[in-house]
Amino acid sequence: MITSLPKLLGATVVTLKLLSLSLFFGLFIGLLFAILRLNKNKIINKFAYGYSYVFRGTPLLVQIFIIYFGLGQIEYFRSTFLWVIFKEPYWCAIIAFALNTGAYTSEILRSAFQTIKPGLIEAGKSLGISNKIIFYKIQIPVAIRQSLPAYGNEIILMMKGTSLASTVTLMDLTGVAKYIISTTFKPIEVFIVAGSIYLFMTFIIHNLIKFLEKKYSFN
Amino acid sequence: MMNIFKKTILTVLVSFLLIGSAYAGKIKIGTEGAYPPWNSKDASGKLIGFEVELAWTLCRYIGSQCEIVEQDWDGMIPALIMRKFDAIMAGMSITAERQKAISFSQGYADEVASLAVMKGSSLEGMETSEGINLGKKSGAVKKDLKTLTAALAGKTVCVQTATIHQNFLESGDVGKVNVRTYKTQDEVNLDLAAGRCDAALAAAVAFSDYAEKSGKPVVLVGPTFSGGAFGNGVGVGIRKDDTELLNAFNKAIDKARKNGDISRIAIKWFGFDASM
Repeated sequence: MITSLPKLLGATVVTLKLLSLSLFFGLFIGLLFAILRLNKNKIINKFAYGYSYVFRGTPLLVQIFIIYFGLGQIEYFRSTFLWVIFKEPYWCAIIAFALNTGAYTSEILRSAFQTIKPGLIEAGKSLGISNKIIFYKIQIPVAIRQSLPAYGNEIILMMKGTSLASTVTLMDLTGVAKYIISTTFKPIEVFIVAGSIYLFMTFIIHNLIKFLEKKYSFN
Repeated sequence: MMNIFKKTILTVLVSFLLIGSAYAGKIKIGTEGAYPPWNSKDASGKLIGFEVELAWTLCRYIGSQCEIVEQDWDGMIPALIMRKFDAIMAGMSITAERQKAISFSQGYADEVASLAVMKGSSLEGMETSEGINLGKKSGAVKKDLKTLTAALAGKTVCVQTATIHQNFLESGDVGKVNVRTYKTQDEVNLDLAAGRCDAALAAAVAFSDYAEKSGKPVVLVGPTFSGGAFGNGVGVGIRKDDTELLNAFNKAIDKARKNGDISRIAIKWFGFDASM
């Protein structure tokens, strides 16, 4: 149990890298699609809705498999320059995770934008502030603050979701745990250690979000 | 109230009885069902293959009822230890490492391992002997390992996880190769064909089976491997404290060998006699 700890901690670094890169790209994707969702143009709106519908409506495991094993089967795809990226399991996992968390983030941000009280925007307008500045300096910061609790949940869900990276040959925390089990045949002990590490990461993320919520509270 | 109490106790007692006799009258055999032609599934989901047919034959000789259950490869030995089934027949080679955790019956078949690449690979045409036995470190074996080390340097070699093939690549016998592990042999084959793997290592028959069914130009290269990390044949895995069942399987294998059953079933599934 103790002997497996250094190896598992090393793998935790891989998990954290996958998580942070996915969240980084996912946040951009989410913000972009949240803005598209608020667009009055029906086609743009439907497109953004379709994206979030598909990625929230299918299992993450299926998405990873389609991106990793599925695209790899298409001979034409393998001859394009994109194959340089998609050949690597690492990037396939990050692309799948980012697209998935991006879909959820876009919904979280969209609902946050929609709950901003009209009075807030009107107050800005009455002071003669331009629409652009109202959007960047009032709407976006307020929306981000509003969505903190929900986004904190999303980070935790995504952190657990990274365990699926092990299904496409990556040696993340779950992957290494499985590897140790395959040589020691002791699943309970190793999974308890791995599970505790996940729990500890959840604890940190949870408290970080709580701190941010307090810091940026409206009162 | 009393009635419920009695019922509960009775239920608990009955379930203890059931657990206590894991195979009273019925032997549960675990297999992967994803390693053709050793064991796999047909289109309807029915388990088929060399070991499935052999398992039924052995059960007949033991004179017991049997049930064959599916289990993912990477959880095979833990599942046996946790009594999800009583015996493993899943192309599992008898190795010293596994014998620390479970017992094995005598071997019933030989598994010959080989590297495979896609046609046109730079690894094609590697000059080695036809087969090497890693149990004997003779000059010829050392020379072949040297050739392999040079050829595989910096290459990505794909294997199924927790296999003798992974152990061999990580043993250092062929230097430092980039080992990539997969849950099933199917996934190894897919990524070999997709070009994500420079080579793959598994039972030679697993590759020929894939090449035949998929029509993909998969070719075997280098020597075939046996002995050492590759173990001493494939046997039935059984819990260490289960000597009764171990003896029963050993006797049944003796009988099946004598009557030519193992050879017959091997030729049917492999195309050659892999019995031992």
